[in-house]
Amino acid sequence: MKPLTLNFRSKAALTISDAQIQQSIEHVYTGFFNGRLSAADNTPDWEDLRTKGKAIKDHTIAHLDYYLGLLADNVEKNGGSVFFADDGEEARQHIIDLAYKRKIKTVIKSKSMVSEEMGLAEAMNDAGFETVETDLGEYIIQLANETPYHLIAPAVHKSRADVAKLLDDDYKDGDPVPDATELTMLAREKLRGVFERADMSVTGVNFAVAESGSIALVTNEGNGRMSTTVPRVHVAVMGIEKLVPSIQDLSTMLRILIRSATGQRISTYVTMVNGKRKYDEEEGPEEFHLVIMNNGRQKLLEDPLMRESLNCIRCGACLNACPVYRKVGGHAYGWVYPGPIGAIVTPVLTGLKDASNLPSASSLCGACHDSCPVKINIPRMLLELRYRTAEGSSDNNERASSAKERAIWKAWRMGMMGRRRFDIGSRIASIAMKPFSRNGWLKNAPPPISGWTSTRDFPAITASSLKSRLKKRNRGSK
Amino acid sequence: MPEKINTTTRPDRVTLFASCMVDQLTPEVGESTVEVLEYLGVSVDFLHNQTCCGQPAFNSGFRSEAYPVAERFIDLFEKVDGLIVVPSGSCAAMVRNYYVDLFRDNIQLTDRAKQVGERLFELTEFINQFFGNSAVSGKIKGSVTYHKCCHLLREIGVDEQPIEMLTNIDGLDFTPLERADVCCGFGGAFSVKMPDISSAILAEKLDFIEKNGSNTVIAADSGCVYQMQGGLRRRGSDVQVVHIAQILAASIKNVTTSEVKQ
Repeated sequence: MKPLTLNFRSKAALTISDAQIQQSIEHVYTGFFNGRLSAADNTPDWEDLRTKGKAIKDHTIAHLDYYLGLLADNVEKNGGSVFFADDGEEARQHIIDLAYKRKIKTVIKSKSMVSEEMGLAEAMNDAGFETVETDLGEYIIQLANETPYHLIAPAVHKSRADVAKLLDDDYKDGDPVPDATELTMLAREKLRGVFERADMSVTGVNFAVAESGSIALVTNEGNGRMSTTVPRVHVAVMGIEKLVPSIQDLSTMLRILIRSATGQRISTYVTMVNGKRKYDEEEGPEEFHLVIMNNGRQKLLEDPLMRESLNCIRCGACLNACPVYRKVGGHAYGWVYPGPIGAIVTPVLTGLKDASNLPSASSLCGACHDSCPVKINIPRMLLELRYRTAEGSSDNNERASSAKERAIWKAWRMGMMGRRRFDIGSRIASIAMKPFSRNGWLKNAPPPISGWTSTRDFPAITASSLKSRLKKRNRGSK
Repeated sequence: MPEKINTTTRPDRVTLFASCMVDQLTPEVGESTVEVLEYLGVSVDFLHNQTCCGQPAFNSGFRSEAYPVAERFIDLFEKVDGLIVVPSGSCAAMVRNYYVDLFRDNIQLTDRAKQVGERLFELTEFINQFFGNSAVSGKIKGSVTYHKCCHLLREIGVDEQPIEMLTNIDGLDFTPLERADVCCGFGGAFSVKMPDISSAILAEKLDFIEKNGSNTVIAADSGCVYQMQGGLRRRGSDVQVVHIAQILAASIKNVTTSEVKQ
């Protein structure tokens, strides 16, 4: 998927003024966010689980080469094939080649953010394979020709009327809006035939287990399980970070993933795949292929200050907790991963200069860090990326601050380096703002405060600072 | 969480770090802080050459500009004996949690920052730890609610304690604020750099404030106070937003919330 991170501000503004989307997106708080809170409350060892989850991921990422090797060996032992792809294009090409060689006609996809990185569904359709998303949300998004809005709820921004329009050709504005069950039945009818004729599936991987060579899929719709059982070829795609060492680790990670994502104790389906059909089995795919994609993750791995972002298990909890995500929506972020986690991985994976607005678009409230099941310190990484954008890093292409910004902060520093200058600065500012001030507040102010006063009153700088007041006070008491 | 100083001995003397915002924009919050501390039997020193902890530039990514300002802060405050109190969770978080990042290339400075950080307390944290939540038991009339400022809540770990302090004050009619722990959208330079997003977040907060119905919103960080008050004023609302130090100080003097100067 081509990054469109430069458009962050304009897309954010569009979403903020869209009342329907604002209403739809509220569900991530009332549904998912509150669901996670109550699931955590009802899990006595919740904090221990988070600590354990973090330790498992830290350990895995620290020994990534070893565990990826172990995983590949065990997948092959189970009769599967493994392909390591450097980037999205290589992964996409490999999967299209697989489909060509096997004379595939119809491909069913279950939800996978990694396949979004590859732009896989579109590329496969373009290559002549009927390729259909089978997760309901992804299906809606595919029909709308959009990208996912949320890590686990791709169509969360769509109203029921929007969905009805996409699923029912006869639906017109003003018709009674079908309820969720009716809409699901409509989609089910359309998808059933596709499931039946599909000869290849592409699924994501919630976790791969290195010691057994298995993959785990977490879904609520059963489409994942049908994808792994019905077609004769199953291709699973994952990022290099999406694995755990053992089955015990998997159990810990599933507990925190599902609770953090939807607030459920367990999802409707948790599917474990140990590769293709064995000689004494009657069902299952004839072939199993695992595609493990890097696509820039090496940069995160080699960057000690950003590496922790590879611990992400894509539960979406940080999006649900984020006041910015809930206003600007998922599309503003301009690439596959929205929200706080997107604001740290997208700039590194797609280029910091174009994406410099992403780490800036945060009040640093810390709700993401608080809600993360593996305690990723997102605010700290946002600050690190702001530093790289503001003052550059070893990579000069990363600096995106303007000369004006740099001058403002230089002036600020000079004002803060001595109390006399601080006082003089206050006095000048107080005088400069006087014409704008009424009853101690400013309705409009010159730059750089004009951004504030466009929507809020700003407190006038006081004529007598605390220092002078306390001096007066002490004189009075002595 | 940073380590806390392991003492239950009530200090009788502290040094005030006002924060640049309180110093320049709302000095009455600084005065109120002094009044509350003195009421508790703590005398307050004020370093007249203090300015800022460096957070605005640090948060904006301009670490080379923040660095000397933060170093200056350490130079000043490491010389004082005893504890340092600041009426801001955000400034406390900068010194205690983020100086290690700012000074990461300098071990000596990091150590000095840690030593200052261990002695630095946010106001309500200080009252809670050494005097308890019922130590300020004055009287003040008014209907109030409380917004949980993000850095105080998530960086310093002060959650319900200020609410206990408020409900202990005679005459305050307290109604909990829905989504009290969701950000008000301030975020320092973010509020100026991305005003549309900051204001959209604020609008949600203000809707909950208006729904709450209290005349006064109390918060413990000045930036959030300005953000919410500035937004309410623009809406034409009469609801006032005040710093918790002002309410505690006013309660000692037994007045009504409407007499607290914003």
